[in-house]
Amino acid sequence: MSNNNETGGLQSKLEVNVWAFVLVTALALSVGGIVEIVPLFYLESTMEHNKHNELVWQRPEGAKLGDHKPGDGMRPYSALELAGRDVYLREGCYLCHSQMIRPFRDEKERYGHYSLASESMYDHPFQWGSKRTGPDIARLGGKYSDDWHRKHLRAPRSVVPESVMPNYPWLKENLVSGTTIQGNMTGLQTIGVPYTDADIAEAAGLVEGKTEEDAMVAYLQVLGTMAKLDDSKSYRD
Amino acid sequence: MDAVAEQKYDFDVVRWFSVMAVVYLVVGASVGVYIASELAWPVLNFDIPYITFGRLRPLHTNAVIFAFGGCTLMATAFYSVQRTCGVRLWSNKLAWFTFWGWNLVIVSAVITLPLGLTQGKEYAELEWPIDIAIAVVWLSYFLNFVMTVATRKSSHIYVSNWFFIAMMIMITYLHVVNSLAIPVGLMDSYSIFSGVQDAMIQWWWGHNAVGFYLTGGFLGIMYYFVPKQAGRPVYSYSLSVIHFWALTFGYVWLGAHHLQYTALPDWTGSLAAAVSLAMIIPSWGGALNGMMTLSGAWDKLRTDYVLRFLIMSLAFYAMSTFEGPVMAIKTVNALSHYTDWTIGHVHSGALGWVAMVAIGAIYHMMIRLFHTEMWSVKLINAHFWLATIGAVVYIIAMWVSGIMQGLMWRAYDDYGTLAYTFAESVEAMHPYYAMRAVGGAIFLSGAVLMLINVIMTVLKSSSEGSLQQARTAPVSA
Repeated sequence: MSNNNETGGLQSKLEVNVWAFVLVTALALSVGGIVEIVPLFYLESTMEHNKHNELVWQRPEGAKLGDHKPGDGMRPYSALELAGRDVYLREGCYLCHSQMIRPFRDEKERYGHYSLASESMYDHPFQWGSKRTGPDIARLGGKYSDDWHRKHLRAPRSVVPESVMPNYPWLKENLVSGTTIQGNMTGLQTIGVPYTDADIAEAAGLVEGKTEEDAMVAYLQVLGTMAKLDDSKSYRD
Repeated sequence: MDAVAEQKYDFDVVRWFSVMAVVYLVVGASVGVYIASELAWPVLNFDIPYITFGRLRPLHTNAVIFAFGGCTLMATAFYSVQRTCGVRLWSNKLAWFTFWGWNLVIVSAVITLPLGLTQGKEYAELEWPIDIAIAVVWLSYFLNFVMTVATRKSSHIYVSNWFFIAMMIMITYLHVVNSLAIPVGLMDSYSIFSGVQDAMIQWWWGHNAVGFYLTGGFLGIMYYFVPKQAGRPVYSYSLSVIHFWALTFGYVWLGAHHLQYTALPDWTGSLAAAVSLAMIIPSWGGALNGMMTLSGAWDKLRTDYVLRFLIMSLAFYAMSTFEGPVMAIKTVNALSHYTDWTIGHVHSGALGWVAMVAIGAIYHMMIRLFHTEMWSVKLINAHFWLATIGAVVYIIAMWVSGIMQGLMWRAYDDYGTLAYTFAESVEAMHPYYAMRAVGGAIFLSGAVLMLINVIMTVLKSSSEGSLQQARTAPVSA
């Protein structure tokens, strides 16, 4: 059918040589990705803490993760929070809850200060989400009591009648495994999350006897509380 | 009965991929209807971990994209590459490896996703051992396809094969890079990327899985099956050259439009939005190219059930590729992002374009692969209307709910405070979520009719012995 060569030149050469065709197509396909992705790894302006270094916790020598106070800056998740985050991933919570507040008036009033790139620097994978079937939870930490969260996880409609969230009664039955969480922290350490060997060593003890519900509550309560954002500062140029 | 083709080409593996595609269409759409119902009536989660929305939603997306879409792409690519190149598959054995490998991947997805074994990245949930298997099987598909093209009898490579090759290369890039992870257990791992870089890579994957797998690959289907079914050459060769290179070079840039106003640097999202708008031109060029192939043969739409699916798919393709760039515009995106509008847009592409063109292609192949007429043409006509009406009901429900959500979230009352709580917006969605489930169920019922029809046609072919005759009939060499 399309065997004429009216465009001539390169196109007609490619149409008779599959290897040349594969090569040129492979090159054409790679440009956009390279231009948009590679700079994000080295442009300093991508991560706000390059300019505002108070956004990241400057951990004193020998300090434990537990010594961090809310507002001290971004730090790796504690063992229990990480276990909660693992549950969050397993249950697919990111499919209905975003963790990325946009710089709009209504979002500021509903959810708080817009999210910064540095705030998810230790999130492997990122959990920004793409859909708000439920509300954004980037700054959920501290908004409700631990007790509210437990009720809400077990039976969401007991506290929010309009909710369409599933009940998660099994979280209070399942125990967090210390050895699993140590393995997970070691994996994250390998890819650059600054866990110390001491953090990993104490992890099993810290989650001993804790349920997945405890872990979820710990994770939800830390969201958005690590770094203190200042309304008077412009984090994005 | 086309004994010449039957004996000249490797059709066995194509038959299996085609039938499995229809099976997975029913499976994937059923899960979709179920999770849609869970959002309308949350009691359907039944407090059973394995069937909660959060675990079944990845199963739905994986089943429709990789199981239904994948089997369709493999069936149609292996079918059309042989027919356009005039040769057998380079390796029939390797094609069978692709078939069993791909189905094994699908079975492992069906087992692991409800168990909550996930990487936590949308549309790339499968854990690392399955990811490795996908890469191996995908490369076997790619190698076999390119080698078949390399051994072709025709002088030029036909346009449908360009699109299939571009898809195979791009999906290899995307899958390998986006799935890079550090294993921390047999079925557990963390993405090696974090935060903003992970977000960009994820949406480079996410959008291009749509752009190359669900668009590029299915355009390969369109460029073979539309002209073949209409019995006319592609309307414009030049337009297909432009369509191909503009999509190949341009689509890759669009991913960042999923991250407008997020913590992704503004230059990236704006760049993606600009290229997104430019993509209207090649997309509509392609849709036009497909539709105009029918010029002078429009009367066939009255009688030809396959052509009806193909042309309807092009209408949805044109609509979705207009809607997409509009949603990429930053001011529109500010409203549409995070809402059901996105879900509606995806389904106008998925139900209207991808599924319709796939269904048309499968019906086209069925009679040629099984050497007999379809068991029931009435059922196909019913399928066409159920698919069309189901898709339209679904899309309208999501348009209304999406725009309503966006408006409710940003509404202020006279005192300058937010007019609605989030929970009020959830409550307002209920009728539309129910309507969406109904639309999905209508679409699903059409797919069930197709499965019945396909199974009955296979049985009919077998009882008539027509496949056997085609295999053994003497043909002049």
